Amino acid sequence: MSTLTTTLPPAGIQITTDSATEPFWQAAKENRLVAPKCADCGTFRLPPSPFCPTCQSQNVDWVTLSGRATVYSFSIVQGLPGQPELTLAAVVVDLPDAPGARLVSNVVDADPGAVEIGTPLTVDFIEIADGWKLPVFRVAAVTVAVAVAGAGE
Amino acid sequence: MSASGPFDTAIVGVGATPYYRRGGSAPQTITELAGKAIIAACEDAGLSVRDIDGFAYYSGAGAGYGQSMDTATFMETLGIPEVTFSAALTSGGGGSAGSIGLARAAILAGDATVVVTVMALQQVKQRLGTVFGSVAPSPENSFLQPSGLVGPGHLMSVLARRHMHNYGTRREAFAEIALSSRENALTRPKAIMRTPLTLDDYFNARMIADPLCLFDFCLETEGAVAVITTSAQRAKDLRRTPVGVVAAAHGGVREWGRAFAWYGMPDEYFASSGHAPIARRLYDRAGITPDDIDVALIYDHFTPMVLMQLEDYGFCKKGEGGPFVESGAIRYKGGSIPVNTHGGQLSEAYIIGMTHIVEGVEQLRGTAVNQVPDAKLALVTGGPATLPVSGLILGRTA
Repeated sequence: MSTLTTTLPPAGIQITTDSATEPFWQAAKENRLVAPKCADCGTFRLPPSPFCPTCQSQNVDWVTLSGRATVYSFSIVQGLPGQPELTLAAVVVDLPDAPGARLVSNVVDADPGAVEIGTPLTVDFIEIADGWKLPVFRVAAVTVAVAVAGAGE
Repeated sequence: MSASGPFDTAIVGVGATPYYRRGGSAPQTITELAGKAIIAACEDAGLSVRDIDGFAYYSGAGAGYGQSMDTATFMETLGIPEVTFSAALTSGGGGSAGSIGLARAAILAGDATVVVTVMALQQVKQRLGTVFGSVAPSPENSFLQPSGLVGPGHLMSVLARRHMHNYGTRREAFAEIALSSRENALTRPKAIMRTPLTLDDYFNARMIADPLCLFDFCLETEGAVAVITTSAQRAKDLRRTPVGVVAAAHGGVREWGRAFAWYGMPDEYFASSGHAPIARRLYDRAGITPDDIDVALIYDHFTPMVLMQLEDYGFCKKGEGGPFVESGAIRYKGGSIPVNTHGGQLSEAYIIGMTHIVEGVEQLRGTAVNQVPDAKLALVTGGPATLPVSGLILGRTA
């Protein structure tokens, strides 16, 4: 397949926030991928929610992550009603520096055949409706992954 | 083995409209469809609609997405004088089988005596296949919807992929579930799909959410089904041989939770149906093992979820669902555990799990089109979905 993966048309992607999720999206506007970590027991959780499921605390540290991720599982969506040309690599990713938390996203600008379980990714951000930004992922070149890992340590 | 043991409650009537392709039930309204199914179920039982005093729904009394089943409306239009119980299991299609347990609870508590479970479905306003692509954004689904996983099958394809990765499951196994269901539908007068399906058809079909193709998705159909549950005592005097409610359970564990609307499940649950805790409780309550089940009516919105339920209900070991179905084990003819002898939601009709309850009843009455000889115990399951998920064991009483 030669068509590269993309996202839904970005101008049509809408999100809404509440008090628990707002910091995630505000950080995305600044091109930062963050995750809530319980300030009492250290458990990460996504999506952001009002309580820590381990200790029920409401105290949260918003941790800025490296942006590295790996594909935990995925689906290749070939066309949607009204958008037959679309190729999406919808991925569920593990975040190595937020263990236990996962994100659902897209791998963009990839050959669909290059997306596998375990494929290393790096985050990027695209502009969507209403001035928000959405974290998406790109296949990490091995050298880039090493550089990012090095920079993070 | 308790197939002939005492039953506290029983299913005494089932009724359904014809099944229609998407858009085909117009100009009937959803209340009209549901009413026809309720009247038919009462006639089947030898009861008047005026005898109904309870309603036990699932899906939060929703009907598909965006419509609802409403007790007061049924009372007004059908002339039901008084209701003493009206409740629903929460969430979605996971509760279909468990709604009979809700009816049982009402009856055993003395809150009602003749309880209806009903589901009707129309898909003109919104087709279910892409339903999540059209709902308004919420803080919660803002973490899911932008990915383009627009429908339940798209979401579950990600679970199927992980099962293939963990256990080496092949698309041939998903194909076998589709082919076996189609084979069973061929003899069913009411089935929507009555032309044979071949392996070539399957592998030549359009991929919708790879690894799933068109034939891994259930049908988008319309219609209504109603089931009447009453006490074992009352059941004795009614028209049909009662079908005993041997055990019913709903719920699930936090590790499954919102499942494919969340995707945070630990690995041992991610590539599963979420039904393992339900299976354990059902078998415990019934005092049986999977070997005692004669026919399994497994909620089949998507083929891989049938495979994962077969594992979670112990018909094979975890991870061995692929080779198990590929061996022919679920075939009506020659299988060790006939599955979805009615053609299921893949090939007969999709009424959010209700057709499986009807088939369980017909198998244990001995009147099924594809009758399993001497069937004594039937397993019926609700949809792998956001909790609660549910299951039901029905037993022959005569």
